[in-house]
Amino acid sequence: MGENERYIIEAAELRKEFGGITAVDGVSFHLVPGECLGLLGPNGAGKTSTIRMAYGFSPITSGSLKVFGMDISSRPREIKARIGVCQQDNNLDPDLSVLQNLEVFGRYFNIARKETLDRALQLLKFMSLENRKDDKVTSLSGGMMRRLVLARALINNPELLILDEPTTGLDPQARHQVWERLEMLRANGLSILLTTHYMDEASRLCERLIIMHNGKILVEGKPTDLIRAYAGDHVVEIVNPGTDVMEFVNTNDLVHDSLDHRVIIYGRESDRLFEVIGDRFCDETCIKRLATLEDVFLRLTGRELRE
Amino acid sequence: MIGSFRAGNISWRFIRIWNRNVLVYRKIWFVNFLVPLLEPVLYLAAFGVGLSALIGKVPYRGEELPYMVFIAPALLAITMMYNSFFENTFASFVRMYYQKTFDAMMATPLSLEDIIAGEIVWGATKSVIAAAIMLAVISAFGLAHYPYALLVLPLSFLGGLAFGTAGMVCTGLVPSIDMFNLPIFLFITPMFLFGGTFFPNSTLPVWAQKISYGLPLTHLVDLCRACCLGQMSDDLIWNAMYLAIFFVLLFPLALIVMRRRLIN
Repeated sequence: MGENERYIIEAAELRKEFGGITAVDGVSFHLVPGECLGLLGPNGAGKTSTIRMAYGFSPITSGSLKVFGMDISSRPREIKARIGVCQQDNNLDPDLSVLQNLEVFGRYFNIARKETLDRALQLLKFMSLENRKDDKVTSLSGGMMRRLVLARALINNPELLILDEPTTGLDPQARHQVWERLEMLRANGLSILLTTHYMDEASRLCERLIIMHNGKILVEGKPTDLIRAYAGDHVVEIVNPGTDVMEFVNTNDLVHDSLDHRVIIYGRESDRLFEVIGDRFCDETCIKRLATLEDVFLRLTGRELRE
Repeated sequence: MIGSFRAGNISWRFIRIWNRNVLVYRKIWFVNFLVPLLEPVLYLAAFGVGLSALIGKVPYRGEELPYMVFIAPALLAITMMYNSFFENTFASFVRMYYQKTFDAMMATPLSLEDIIAGEIVWGATKSVIAAAIMLAVISAFGLAHYPYALLVLPLSFLGGLAFGTAGMVCTGLVPSIDMFNLPIFLFITPMFLFGGTFFPNSTLPVWAQKISYGLPLTHLVDLCRACCLGQMSDDLIWNAMYLAIFFVLLFPLALIVMRRRLIN
């Protein structure tokens, strides 16, 4: 990596329009070497459009996007040779066996046959798939397929890994299997850009998060900082709150969200008033808990369904 | 977004797509070999034994040819057309649309243009393989005149490029896989019937002959017949030119429609 490559990815005022719809609306961000950056947002926020531009799949409408210091529009081949991509669909090659999927993919990168085979066997071991190497990919479970997709994305020894919803649709065991592998890769210094709408995934894997909404960046920061800034430390949820609760909340100007049958009150650890609520208004219909990234996400992007 | 023709995006890397398709083809080589091996036997049995007795001899370029001798080269041309056209329609569509194989490829240093070029060259390769097998069968029946009949092999590559590219244009345009029935009905079947295949098109009215010579298969049939009969003439260069120009014109179109379809 050259001296001038301070950033793995550098996006400035990036825009993407599809036939009249603006999917990404002037987004600027960067990814520093060795970092895992997460793009969060509800469906249609522009996450996938953003990363599809980053791996050269989708041309940018305007703005600038540099990967490894090179312009993605003018040097896509050189950039793509150095990144690994897990797209949202598994899109493994069903005509080929597990091992052949890796071997053939390595050849797309023009890696020598022998080297590809060695690396493929190594990766299958890393993903605990070595005893399935001659099976058809259609016989694999969802979790195994995802691990194979991840192995395939690593066949070219990438400097940057781009993951579009890496664990969507997996059961908890399979998700943890994928997370463990990703944590090992991160520990080895691989830079990662991922999209997700699982908050636990984002807080576990990512050092830094970007929350997107309607094609724009709403907030950016470390998971813990975002939680403190937008949801405080503690949360009290009261089901079917009485008028006395609401009066108390309003007169003391507490940060809260009022839903149909529920009020959610956000507070600091040091908040005395917050303690008072707990004592005065809480019975069995009341939940006290730590603030999470999910609170931040829902507060910033709204609670209505996106369909 | 308006599609654009980017010939500069094609690199020798297209061979990797070809390699992939060869690997898959080899897995079921037996089935893949069986069709071109048995199909001419069936056709020759039905038309040669069954129809020959009724038809007798067929006039072709001032000669009287036995019916089997007349149709054997046409079967070669039809096989070239079918193998490349079907490969670059149904098979390419399955890889593109259902298997998302092209999407995965595009996340590697391969460009869309590499992928399409690789698919078309593969379609042409299938045409060569099928033609070679069928030529062997036809030769066993004594219906090919050597050494000229060997020209069928390079010819099958040219024909494969032409029909495969036409297929790829369809693949870039059809909304669903069932819609391939339309180009097959409007383009492939008329050629199969009226391309000078089962009867000499000199028996058609003049206007119909002109239409017939506007279609690529007629030219491929003429070329195959010349090779199998061992009767070379200068005007064959125009038949070959027609196929080459057909390919050269349609290839950029295939790249444009596929780019418009897949890149957004």
